[in-house]
Amino acid sequence: MNQLKNFTKGFIKENPILVLLLGTCPTLAVTTSAINGLGMGLATTFVLVGSNVVVSLVKNSVPDKVRIPAFVVIIASFVTIVQLLMQAYTASLYDALGIFIPLIVVNCIVLGRAEAFASKQGVLSSAIDGLGMGLGFTMALFLLGSVREALGNASVLGYKFYEGDGILVFILSPGAFIALGYFIALMNRIKKTT
Amino acid sequence: MEYFVIIISAIFVSNIVLSQFLGICPFLGVSNKVGTAVGMSAAVVFVIALATIVTWVVYIYILVPFNIAFLQTISFILVIAFLVQMVEIILKKISPPLYQALGIYLPLITTNCAVLGVALLVHTKEYNLLQSVVYGTSIAVGFGFAIVLFAGIREHTELMGTPKGMKGVPIALVTAGILSLAFMGFSGLAK
Amino acid sequence: MAKKESSLKNMIISLVVISFVASLALGGIYSITKEPIALAIKTKQENAIKEVLPDFDSLYSYKLLPANGKDSLGINQAFKGDTLVGTAVATYSNNGYDATQIQLMVGFLPDGSIQNISVVQQKETPGLGTKMKEPKFKEQFNKKNPAGFILKVKKDGGQVDAITAATISSRAFCDAVDRAYQTYQKKGGK
Repeated sequence: MNQLKNFTKGFIKENPILVLLLGTCPTLAVTTSAINGLGMGLATTFVLVGSNVVVSLVKNSVPDKVRIPAFVVIIASFVTIVQLLMQAYTASLYDALGIFIPLIVVNCIVLGRAEAFASKQGVLSSAIDGLGMGLGFTMALFLLGSVREALGNASVLGYKFYEGDGILVFILSPGAFIALGYFIALMNRIKKTT
Repeated sequence: MEYFVIIISAIFVSNIVLSQFLGICPFLGVSNKVGTAVGMSAAVVFVIALATIVTWVVYIYILVPFNIAFLQTISFILVIAFLVQMVEIILKKISPPLYQALGIYLPLITTNCAVLGVALLVHTKEYNLLQSVVYGTSIAVGFGFAIVLFAGIREHTELMGTPKGMKGVPIALVTAGILSLAFMGFSGLAK
Repeated sequence: MAKKESSLKNMIISLVVISFVASLALGGIYSITKEPIALAIKTKQENAIKEVLPDFDSLYSYKLLPANGKDSLGINQAFKGDTLVGTAVATYSNNGYDATQIQLMVGFLPDGSIQNISVVQQKETPGLGTKMKEPKFKEQFNKKNPAGFILKVKKDGGQVDAITAATISSRAFCDAVDRAYQTYQKKGGK
């Protein structure tokens, strides 16, 4: 397996949110600022790599019929670990992301990769797949968060570049949908030309 | 009266899909035909109502007293996965045509973030059991309401001329955004 | 994929083993993070108290149930040596626009006037209710004594300038500050 291709596919060709359309819930909810998007992306990447590795390690010991519950337990464990670590060491980010941290467990990207890739591939490939997909997701979240923050809050990474309000609708729910819609359309265009 | 407020705000003011962003995957995936949207909503209402009750009991009577509240995520998702499995088996036995109609949507409800989301939310709001069930069911009704509305709109958009780059998901998302904007008009209804 | 056959025995064994290992791992991480988490929560409280009171070197904290609420408030009396410097009250309101409780830390000087208010937690509408954190809204309470300053928005007959288009959030803020003041008074205003 070409590990370089394995790693980079998660960024454009098979970007989990922009191409595969997985993980839309957290994407819309936490991209109200670039930092939140980045934090969520990294937390998800941690879970992705962890669960992909463990699933790949146990793939031959788990009977087919119980593989989904087994994967769910593995994923849920990593999510709980990330929850505890964030609550202890990154308290304000933990407060900001709220309910969406435990919701990583139902983020279709994680179960999707475990089922489609890690349960069939070796440990190294699975780890790299998890990393690539996770970072691709993080990149998308960071970009979307930056755009929404710049337009909606007139700030970049928390620093306001314009005193006063931005176009508020972008940090509110409608803005999330609209921004993502255009982002995907843009991504479709980019995919066509690469 | 208090229950009326819970119901109205769960369906309109803080609609689970359009303002709380839970349940987006099925929202986008199942909403291209009104028929499937209705079927999916019915299944979701049932699962959420059931899941809210069971996870509430588990949390209040098992996790909290034994000081293992940090196992909330993992125990809740296991309960939900188990419930959905049970619902599938029971449905297959008592109503094969309904089971056929719902098809693959049933197992997908396990990863519907709305189910886990609601189960977690009722604890941050500190609702008692009855309030949790009322809240959970109303949320699910709100989900159904949003998804059926959306499906109706999408069926129409199919027949219109959309710029090539926006066809499919992008225009669906922008439409959802406008629908969300419309629902914002309900704010202030419940206070 | 899985090379083990799906016999009942194998299914049960694999699930039990996985659950067991998972519990061990989680239990381990939980015990490691228990203290840092408690510390993080304590630090957040202490920073809020420092923000709303003048310099102090010791705190005496206890909880008091308000007349109008089911959660108790945290009363933190700050002393410099033996002198009471002020009292920071951790208060809340459930009337915010979002269902999440709005939590404030209100610093009262011994004469009953408000030194400063810190927003500890809120999930109000971005750009609207979230403006309660901004000095423009928050600082109008500073140096005011609730004995003479009516803690209600002007619309409701009070003296507080509400945030434009965020009346509900503004009202909830006032509700929290008022709850803090009433409870602070209950103990004899000290």
